[in-house]
Amino acid sequence: MKSILPVLTVIAAILLFWVVCVPPMNMHLVADQAQRDELVVTPETPAARQEVSGAGLALRNTHLIPLAYTFVRPRLPSPHQVAGEMYKTIIGQKITSKRSLVYHGWVTLAPTLLGFLIGTSLGILLAVGIVYSRVMDKSVMPWAIVSQTIPILALAPMIIVVLGSMGIQGLFPKSIIAAYLSFFPVVVGMVKGLRSPDAMQLDLLRTYNASKSQGFWALRLPASAPYLFASLKIGISASLVGTIVAELPTGARAGFGARMLVGDQYGQPLVSWAALFAAALTAAALVGLFSVIERITLKRMGMAAT
Amino acid sequence: MPTVAELAAKQLAPASRAAAATSAVITARNLDLTFQTNDGPVHALKDVNLDINKGDFVSFIGPSGCGKTTFLRCIAGLETPTAGDIAVNGMTPDEARRARAYGYVFQAAGLYPWRTIGGNIRLPLEIMGFDKAEQTKRVERVLDLVDLNGFDRKYPWQLSGGMQQRASIARALAFDADILLMDEPFGALDEIVRDHLNEQLLKLWARTEKTIGFVTHSIPEAVYLSTKIVVMSPRPGRISDVIDSPLPRERPLEIRDSPEFIEIAHRVRDGLRAGHSDDV
Repeated sequence: MKSILPVLTVIAAILLFWVVCVPPMNMHLVADQAQRDELVVTPETPAARQEVSGAGLALRNTHLIPLAYTFVRPRLPSPHQVAGEMYKTIIGQKITSKRSLVYHGWVTLAPTLLGFLIGTSLGILLAVGIVYSRVMDKSVMPWAIVSQTIPILALAPMIIVVLGSMGIQGLFPKSIIAAYLSFFPVVVGMVKGLRSPDAMQLDLLRTYNASKSQGFWALRLPASAPYLFASLKIGISASLVGTIVAELPTGARAGFGARMLVGDQYGQPLVSWAALFAAALTAAALVGLFSVIERITLKRMGMAAT
Repeated sequence: MPTVAELAAKQLAPASRAAAATSAVITARNLDLTFQTNDGPVHALKDVNLDINKGDFVSFIGPSGCGKTTFLRCIAGLETPTAGDIAVNGMTPDEARRARAYGYVFQAAGLYPWRTIGGNIRLPLEIMGFDKAEQTKRVERVLDLVDLNGFDRKYPWQLSGGMQQRASIARALAFDADILLMDEPFGALDEIVRDHLNEQLLKLWARTEKTIGFVTHSIPEAVYLSTKIVVMSPRPGRISDVIDSPLPRERPLEIRDSPEFIEIAHRVRDGLRAGHSDDV
C-alpha cells in the first residue's frame, strides 16, 4: 500500500495536465459558438481568430473558459465529460443494448481471449521447437521478428478481407490478428525461460541419464514459469490492441474499435474517448488479473520475485 | 518390471564383489584432455594415471585450473578425454553414466525451488522409473542418512545452506549408486557448518561403504576425509602426488590435532607448492 501515494500523484499530475489543455484545445470552437449565441468574443471575426493560438484565445476570453469544459462536441473533452459518458454507457444501459460499452467490450474481449489463447499456444510450441531444434532456432526466429515489423494496421484489413472471402467472419478473423500480435512476446519469453536452467542443472540431469522429454517436464518447463508470466502480461495487452486494430479499418459495427471509429466519423468525440478509456481499463484489468495469478503461482512454486 | 537401475545393479554386482578384492573401480591411464577455446587450446589434463579402489575416499586437491573438477567430470562422463583410457566399473564413463553408476554432488545444492525436499530427492527416482512405494521408502532412508528426517515436505528456501547441501547429497544417494562424486560440495559453506558436514559425511561413508571422489581446495578437509589424497597442479593439469593416508577409518574431529594428521597436511602443502614453483 506504500505505492498508493506515488500512483495517486501521477494520476493527479496527468489529470491536471489534461484539465489545463482543455481550454486552448477547444477555444476556437467555443468562440465560434459563443459568437452565434451573441456573447462578446475578441477578436471578433473567425478569420482573425484563426491567426491566434488556442492558448492566446483562451487568455483573451477568460469569461469563455468555463464553456470550454462543457462544450458539447469538443476537440478535447474534459475528464468529467468522459467520466459522464462512461457512466452513461457502462452503468446506465442494459448490457445487451447496442449503446452499452459493456456489450461492445464483450464483442472485443471475446476475440481478444481467443486470440490470446491461440497466440500463447503457438508461441509456446514455437519456443519449444526453437529450444530443441537448431534448424528451427535458425529459421523461425528471424521470421518471428520480421512478422512484428510489418505494420499491423496494413496487415489487418488484408487478413480480414481474405478470410471474409473464404466465408470466415466475426470473431475468428479478429482473433487471428490478436494472436499475430500476442505470439511474439510469448516466443521470446519462453525461449529465454526454457533456456534459463544453468549448465549445472543440465549436467545433473545428464548424470541421471534423463531423456530430453524428462528434462523438459521436470526442469525446463517449470523453470520457465517466471518468463512465461512476464510474456503473458505483454501478450494479453497486445492481443487487445490487435483486436481493436482489427475492428478499425473493416467497418465493424460493434466492439471498442468500432466505437472509436463511429465517434470520430459522426462527430461524437465523447464516444471515442469513452471507448478508449474503457479499452485501457480492460487491458489494465487483464494485466492485473495475470499479475495476481503470477504472484500466487510463483509463490507456490517457491520462485516469487523478491 | 525391474527398473533400469535394478538391472544395472544386478549386472554390476559380480564386478563390484571382485573389486572388493582390491581391483580398482575407477582406472585412468595416460588421460589427456585439451579444450579448444577462442584463446587457443587449454591443456586441462595431461598424462593422468590413477586407480581408485572400491570403498576408497579419494580427494582431489589443487589450485584452480589444475583440472581436479575436469577429472571428476571425466569420470562422470560429462567431459570426454582427448586421449587415454578411463574405466568406471569396467565400463566407459559414458556407459557407466547410462547405467547410473554414480551420484554426483555439485558445488551448489541446485535444488528445484518448486519441489519439496522430498520431491527433489524423488527427482532422480522418477526419472529412473522407480515405483511410488519404492520412492517413498528411499526418500525416507536417504533423509535419515543425511540427518534430515521430517524435512521431506519442506521447501528448499525453508532450509539453511548446509541443510540444502545435505539434501542434495541425499538426492545423489537416493538411487543407490555405489560411487559418489562430489565437486567442492561444501565450498560455499562456512567453516563451522563445513566441519559438521565433514564429520557427517565420514559417518555416511562408513554406513554406506560407497566409493567417494571428492574435489576440494581445503587441505584440512582433504586430509580429514580421505584414504587417498591426489594432489594436482595446473598448466597443464596433472597429478603431482598421491598420498595414501595412514589415518584410521574412524576419525573424530580431534584427529586433526594429531601429529600424523599434521604430517600428511604438510606433505599435501609441499606437493601443492611444488606444483606452483614454476609460476609463483
